[in-house]
Amino acid sequence: MTDPILKTHEITRFFGALKASDAVSIDLRPGEIHAIIGPNGAGKSTLIAQICGSLAPTSGRVEFQGRDVTGLSTRARSRAGLGRTFQISALAMEDSVLQNALLGALGASGRPWRFFGPALKDSALREQAEDALTRVGLQDDMHKRTAELSHGQRRQLEVAVALTLQPKAFVMDEPMAGLGSGGSKRLTGFLDGLREQAPILLVEHDMDAVFALADRISVLVYGKVIATGTVDEIRANKEVQDAYLGEDA
Amino acid sequence: MIRETHLNLGIIALLIAIPAWALMADEPFIITLMTRAVVFALAAVGLNIALGLGGLVSLGHAVFFGIGGYAMGILAHHAQTYTPLTEWPFLLEGTKSMPVIWLTAIVASTFAALVIGILSLRTAGVYFIMITLAFGQMFFFFAISWSAYGGEDGLSIYVRNGFPGLNTLVPVQYFGLCLVILLAALFLNARLAKSPFGLALNAARQTPARVETVGLDPTRLKLVAFVISGAITGLAGALFADLNRFVSPTMFSWQLSGEIMIFVIIGGVGRLFGPVVGALVFVALEHLLGGLSEYWHIYLGILLLLIVLFGRGGIIGMLCGRERLHD
Repeated sequence: MTDPILKTHEITRFFGALKASDAVSIDLRPGEIHAIIGPNGAGKSTLIAQICGSLAPTSGRVEFQGRDVTGLSTRARSRAGLGRTFQISALAMEDSVLQNALLGALGASGRPWRFFGPALKDSALREQAEDALTRVGLQDDMHKRTAELSHGQRRQLEVAVALTLQPKAFVMDEPMAGLGSGGSKRLTGFLDGLREQAPILLVEHDMDAVFALADRISVLVYGKVIATGTVDEIRANKEVQDAYLGEDA
Repeated sequence: MIRETHLNLGIIALLIAIPAWALMADEPFIITLMTRAVVFALAAVGLNIALGLGGLVSLGHAVFFGIGGYAMGILAHHAQTYTPLTEWPFLLEGTKSMPVIWLTAIVASTFAALVIGILSLRTAGVYFIMITLAFGQMFFFFAISWSAYGGEDGLSIYVRNGFPGLNTLVPVQYFGLCLVILLAALFLNARLAKSPFGLALNAARQTPARVETVGLDPTRLKLVAFVISGAITGLAGALFADLNRFVSPTMFSWQLSGEIMIFVIIGGVGRLFGPVVGALVFVALEHLLGGLSEYWHIYLGILLLLIVLFGRGGIIGMLCGRERLHD
């Protein structure tokens, strides 16, 4: 079996007396989509925050590409190749769609200290940004103000910005949130092909999308992973059914 | 709605036409007033980079204005009294040369902005406003107690400093010099706003978390903006002191920080020519209403209130609508 790209080793995080993450060990292998599901308050966002570096675990460690990154900042982890999308779109709303994608390309280039030439005329950055926008289907909306985009289009732009980083692994926090069924299907189709480029750690509430996409699923309840397995294994798991999926699954 | 570029060109035309008229009508005072407006505009262009692009509400920009002013005052004071600034470790003389004074003003205010920026950017929001205000007060009281350079009374410079090839004592020549500097600063500001740095800074103002996830440091971007901003305002301070041939601690006062901010808000925060419009309106009101009443600021207050309540984009926003996207 190939070595995982991203791995957490028993990460535990307390908020006061509350154990938001309880010895969570998960891994993300090349070419796969690994979905994290769980009821509200199960600690999914806390887990993402620790993987991406905005929150330090109380104990345990995070490994990325075989290297311990637990002490690294969000910035350093992005530069190392961790591409994150936000649950609530964190886009520059006053800027154009293209400018948002350019920001990703600029970050990936690591050369923001240029004060004179126009960013939009930098052909290398622009090519990278336009390419990412085309891949998510926003090529016709490039020159719109981001605030004018529909909710679904913003979700697409979130993914496009992550694409410009050409990451080694994606961490996506509910990319389908608030999408209609049409938009959700389209994004599902897109993510399906994306796993070839880089594996995806996918936190998602949309069960149709999860069951359609995931190679493996981990179920998080009260900060603890109660099961990890293939879609069929998870569907058949008695404990998961009781805790989460309920009688209709 | 007027196209913003057209409005900007109109403003430049006005900046040339009014002094040209004053020259022909033999109204040197009008030229001096216009110089005052241009220098204030330059100070506000500086603030607009921190405030408009970086979202940094600095209530301490008078620090840089004052540093520029004292750079001029101290160098010229030593030159006119034929005393060296220091004899150890090497002899350092004063100077009456504007380029040297400007360079000193820029270097000194850059350094101050770096130190103040590093300390202030550890905070955000209201705390950032308060800490920049506190730095302003520190410099103000330091200047008051600095008796070697006039203390509370400030320093008078008897003859305006010189610029190679110009007679700076002729009002229109000094005006021309200041205008060229303002236009150069506006040009640099326009390029900066569209540059990769400007793009990243713009995003850092709106969504710092995103900037961090693409691997950039929003705080460092803001710090560099703050330093550039302080350097421009510092240069304006040197020009202002030379215009008045006088420098005093009031250049460091928090009222002055407030006025610089008012220029930006009246004209339009983040708009390229916002500071210019704001400074022109301010100086016009000061001149026209100041003659009617000592309490003319009350009218300025009403104007500011109306703009903040009804026209968030300042005068430029009201005339031109929202800023166009770069393409």
